[in-house]
Amino acid sequence: MDLLLLSRIQFAVNIGFHYLYPPLSIGLGFLLIIMEGMYVKTKNPLYKQMTKFWVKVFALTFAIGVATGLVQVFAFGTNWSRYSRFVGDVFGSALAAEGIFAFFLEAGFLGLMLFGWEKVKPSIHYLATIMVAAGAHFSAIWIVVANSWMQTPAGYKIVGEGDQARAVVTDFWEMIFNPSAVDRVIHVVIGCWLSGIFLVVSVAAYYILKKRHVAFAKTTMKIGLITGAVTLLLQFISADSSAKGVAENQPAKLAAMEGIFTSGPAPMGIIGWVDTEERRVKGIQIPGLLSFLIHGDFQQPVVGLDQIPQEDWPKVNVVFQAYHLMVYMWGAMVAVTALGLYYLRKKKLQNQRWLLWGLIVSVGFPQIANQVGWMTAEIGRQPWIVQGLLRTSQGVTTSLSSAQVFGSLTMFVLIYLLLFALFLFLLDRKIKHGPTDEPEEMIYRNMYEASKTPLKTNET
Amino acid sequence: MAGLEFLWYLVIAFSVIAYTVLDGFDLGVGMLHPFVRTDTERRTFLNAIGPVWDGNEVWIVVVIGALFAGFPSVYATLFSSFYNLTMVLIACLIFRAAAIEFRSQKPSPRWRSLWDMVFAIASFGIAFFIGLAFGNLVQGIPLNAEGELEKALFNPWRPYPILIGVLAMALFTMHGAIFLVMKTEGELQEKLKKWTGRAIILFFIVYATTTWATWVYMPHMTERMRQSPGFLSIGVLAFLSIVNIFWEEHKRRYGRAFISSCIGIALFVALFGVGTYPMLIRSDIDSATYSLTIYNASSSALTLKILIIIAILGVPLVIAYGIWIYRIFRGKVKLGSHSY
Repeated sequence: MDLLLLSRIQFAVNIGFHYLYPPLSIGLGFLLIIMEGMYVKTKNPLYKQMTKFWVKVFALTFAIGVATGLVQVFAFGTNWSRYSRFVGDVFGSALAAEGIFAFFLEAGFLGLMLFGWEKVKPSIHYLATIMVAAGAHFSAIWIVVANSWMQTPAGYKIVGEGDQARAVVTDFWEMIFNPSAVDRVIHVVIGCWLSGIFLVVSVAAYYILKKRHVAFAKTTMKIGLITGAVTLLLQFISADSSAKGVAENQPAKLAAMEGIFTSGPAPMGIIGWVDTEERRVKGIQIPGLLSFLIHGDFQQPVVGLDQIPQEDWPKVNVVFQAYHLMVYMWGAMVAVTALGLYYLRKKKLQNQRWLLWGLIVSVGFPQIANQVGWMTAEIGRQPWIVQGLLRTSQGVTTSLSSAQVFGSLTMFVLIYLLLFALFLFLLDRKIKHGPTDEPEEMIYRNMYEASKTPLKTNET
Repeated sequence: MAGLEFLWYLVIAFSVIAYTVLDGFDLGVGMLHPFVRTDTERRTFLNAIGPVWDGNEVWIVVVIGALFAGFPSVYATLFSSFYNLTMVLIACLIFRAAAIEFRSQKPSPRWRSLWDMVFAIASFGIAFFIGLAFGNLVQGIPLNAEGELEKALFNPWRPYPILIGVLAMALFTMHGAIFLVMKTEGELQEKLKKWTGRAIILFFIVYATTTWATWVYMPHMTERMRQSPGFLSIGVLAFLSIVNIFWEEHKRRYGRAFISSCIGIALFVALFGVGTYPMLIRSDIDSATYSLTIYNASSSALTLKILIIIAILGVPLVIAYGIWIYRIFRGKVKLGSHSY
């Protein structure tokens, strides 16, 4: 198999699997600030119980987030060495900032959050929780700023020529606040909040369905659905702003998102299939709607792929489908949230088994949206690794053999399958155990045995 | 411009020291883990590092990120050249993190023993491969005139780098043992005190061997010292720190022994710097012209300035709240309902 393709698949696998976890950490972190804040304010033990339960889930997602995140800092150098040399002057400082300002904050205060319940006052513990959540958010900000620079480079100049060419920063703040950075940071962070919210909603729905921990579940569900409704609305506003930004700064990506081959007043597809050979979309489209959303006028033209050289086109159908799936997921979240709030108000939610199942399944909606959203962003930027400056094929490490990359890719796939299975297993255990005050069965049989008997491997 | 690369080099050196001193004892605890047999003892080990290991590990991200930002060619060349080793190192890092988090999540002895083994093997692996990498950097790798690796000539498994891998394992085991003595009590502590004595001796043997091997086989490492004998004092101080570990251990003053161990580690990193400066990746094809140095591989002056500002703003904060958190968790390990 081709070295470039293998390298791209490996990066996608690494970042895609990693991205299941930090959004949950960020989303749960955000919710923990609310939950523990309510405990500190009201001293109601229900909120403490809620906080402790979700902290345990947080610890699990955070641990796997760290384990899979470590890979990333190596991954630019291993398989994308030419890209690293090209952008290090620019991209590297955003990563360094992420390490200094974000990682230390979350990793440092995590210990206090997990193990410090009895060691410090409740207000200090709450501070730790806030710091961990803040660190997670800062991390998102820096990495999205760095990625945004790849989409809409700014504040740089090119020095050197040919293979020696590299980007060099000319204005730090222009680099940070590049044209797409603010929109994308907001859009990504809200997407992370949605991951946390729907995990919480899903677990609450499960408890209500099974008639367990009902008081906990109902309060949690209320918090989840209300924050969910507000967040989904914010995401709509953010999406609109982001799309306008893409139309202006990355016209090829926008054209691919809706399969616009011919410039002019552009439709928005509800569902469709792109035929790049025939340069058209087969499906249901609403004429002029894209023009309206971008320009406020159904007749205003949108830049189509006809204005872009074909060697600079991304894979149009892939981008189209990914983008539309992301929007469908938003729609699905809106539907379950609206229905959930309706029945919750009528105090009839516990009887709507069909809806409770829908809410349980909804944990997957933001996860899918996040994955396909990033696919839209990254595959939509192809064939560029840094838009307009460096092609992906120019950024890959060429000194490796396909066998080496195939080997490492296999290793990652196996490790991630294992980690994912363990994650589901352990998460399931925590959910089944529930938010009781009895400690999970951590103590090995009894304390005497634990301190005297050597661990044997042939027992069950 | 002249001072900026050197300043950033110092920042990276500081980060390397921070990483080896802090994650060093996490790795040491992992390597000692299989030598205790009961569940309580193993949980004690895990909880000795529990609240702090994650923050400690972040320093490796800082080192690598700082290389990427300040010396991008070095970052790119290093990890693409050492591709296979990097992948194995990554696997070890992933499994160590998973093992610490997952190990006590089920009461089953089989589950716990399995993850205990993973924790230990991963810790050995991380220590060894970091040492192997440093050893290769000391000896040099075949970089050609374009600063790229000549794959046909590349062999990371030479005797000297393997020795440094062993040195790293011995060093961190000793460092971890001293740390554990400070964090434990009773019977377990008595056991660890005995082991610490042995670990120090074992380390000293490997250290002596490494010193001899470096003088004899890596003369370029001691060239600066021979030219400016003042630098020899760093080697002498390192030796004295190691001897002091023996002394403090003999006197049962484990806090001081730990500090000596930290200083020793810092001085080893300094020795590496003194021996290699200004090279970051030495070429053993033609070290004078083909090596990547802090001068031919650095980012622009503006980037270096920005990075230094980030470091000045961020590092003191990190150290401040790091110390605060360590202080909250000082004292002996007490297993509770929240522990690993």
